[in-house]
Amino acid sequence: MSKQKDYLKPYKKRKFFKPREKKLNRSMAGNTLLFAIMILCGIAMILPLVMVINNCLKPLDELYQFPPKIFVRNPTLENFSDLFMVMNDSWVPFSRYILNTIIITGGGMVGHVIVASLAAYPLAKHNFPGKNILFQMVVLSMMFHWTVTQTPQYMIISWLHINNSYWALILPACSFGMGLYLMKQFMEQLPDSLMESARLDGANEWQIFWKIVMPNVKPAWLTLAIFQFQQMWANTGSTFLRDEQLKPLQYSLQQISAGGMARAGAAAAVTFIIAAVPITFFLICQRNILETMTSSGMKD
Amino acid sequence: MAENGTVSEVKVSQEALDIAKKQATLSYRIKRNKACYFMLAPYFIMFFFFTVVPVLMSVAFSFTYYNMLEWPEFIGWKNYIKLFLEDDIFMKALKNTLILAVVTGPVSYFLCLLFAWIINEFKGWLRAFLTLIFYAPSICGNAYIVWTLILSGDRYGYLNGFLMDWGILDEAIVWMKTEQYVLPFLIVVQLWLSLGTGFLAFIAGLQTVDKSLYEAAALDGVKNRWQELWYVTLPAMKPQLMFGAVMQITQAFAIADVSIQLAGNPSVNYAGTTVVTHLLDYGTVRFEMGYASAIATVLFLLMVGSNLLIQRLLRRVGE
Repeated sequence: MSKQKDYLKPYKKRKFFKPREKKLNRSMAGNTLLFAIMILCGIAMILPLVMVINNCLKPLDELYQFPPKIFVRNPTLENFSDLFMVMNDSWVPFSRYILNTIIITGGGMVGHVIVASLAAYPLAKHNFPGKNILFQMVVLSMMFHWTVTQTPQYMIISWLHINNSYWALILPACSFGMGLYLMKQFMEQLPDSLMESARLDGANEWQIFWKIVMPNVKPAWLTLAIFQFQQMWANTGSTFLRDEQLKPLQYSLQQISAGGMARAGAAAAVTFIIAAVPITFFLICQRNILETMTSSGMKD
Repeated sequence: MAENGTVSEVKVSQEALDIAKKQATLSYRIKRNKACYFMLAPYFIMFFFFTVVPVLMSVAFSFTYYNMLEWPEFIGWKNYIKLFLEDDIFMKALKNTLILAVVTGPVSYFLCLLFAWIINEFKGWLRAFLTLIFYAPSICGNAYIVWTLILSGDRYGYLNGFLMDWGILDEAIVWMKTEQYVLPFLIVVQLWLSLGTGFLAFIAGLQTVDKSLYEAAALDGVKNRWQELWYVTLPAMKPQLMFGAVMQITQAFAIADVSIQLAGNPSVNYAGTTVVTHLLDYGTVRFEMGYASAIATVLFLLMVGSNLLIQRLLRRVGE
């Protein structure tokens, strides 16, 4: 895909703003007003990020300082060496926790994106009996609060005998309602002519889905991947997983930071790591959202 | 259709009618869309087991007394009757939830759209970082700690310190333990937190708007960015607007975490109690699952109703 767009390369070089000639209908006054609003609000929004970064660099005495200060005065990496020391002592080797997280987070994310997109395509672009009922069921299911469905869900997972395995976390994650709804809304926007021409070229539904639809809704599935990664990453799995060997990183990190006063430094480092991983993933996905060739040029 | 070639010309009209009839039957339409059902199957099989059945079971539980230890005991409408006629706290929770939802729902929807729209002017890594800044409260995991520092009840709390330095206050106010301040601050914090799902969906949605539409609109006499937004951008991303609205409803009516973290559960004189904090109280503290399920069902109906209303409103965007 990216090779086809090489002619755009010189354009993209070190330009934070879109090329000027593309900007229609923009006035200086409007720019100033909107960016002023954005900077003012941005300062308030970035506070938690600033705090996480500063806290993990604080030595113990600054962490317990009262009244608490936001900014660090004597930055140190002690907290991280503390954390790594605790990690080395753990009962189950730490690499095992990391492997579990990769399986659970990766499985839940990739599985959901594929399964939900696959179901969203016919719902968005085909007409068949039962379509509306199925779709409405998904939308409405998001409005039922999870607290009360947790108990029946636990029963079902026990009945299916997938308790205490990765599947207990991955399979329910694959069937979240939000992903299907998001994908369906984006696919609805694609012009029918796009699929029609592929059909005339002899492509079957599976090929249309994989080669035409999915590349064209890249912003949607990248966004969905962010949501799902965040959700799976934050899952400690403690409801369904009993074996220590199966538990994810999040669980063991939270155990470390629950260690009380003496672990305050390590806990600050844990908070940083817990936030840093999804943030890195977030930035990579957001960066790529822009890279898509959207359906421009294809008009109904 | 292949049959058309084989029938004699006299019978053509009769045959065509038969085909039309056949195509209209349910089984034919199901057969023709076989590929669709194969594509739907993996998702909906799992959805059925992990969502549909649990929801139906919860609704069934709402007609029982169920303490999670004994087998549920059928008690008819008693939970609902108790909920509406005897439970004063639920009424207060319902009132708080409606206030929170009516204020934060539309405002945060507007904020999501506004910031997504401004950020869309940038590109590359700068754009990704700007998005991160506004999404930070949703991804950092320590969002409430910031606000406990700001709203801390002693003179070292940032808000108290600031107001006392300026001579507006004489002594510190215990913000989250004073009934009249609880709800306004919950609204502020909730708005601050609200650039989440809808926001990212709009960010992605703005990318899928066909760029040539803007050029065409400029030729048609669209003069400034505001007109461009109303006549071109918003109508082009209607599906995302719908998605954002549903997300906003599910979030605005289910506000609970903010209240529990900042005001406690139960809060001072139930000033911060919402339907979901009430639900969590019964579901995870008292283990009265039947009653909690009844609350969830009422909340569900509330959301469905507002969803119908909002979908109707959104159809008029760009007219």
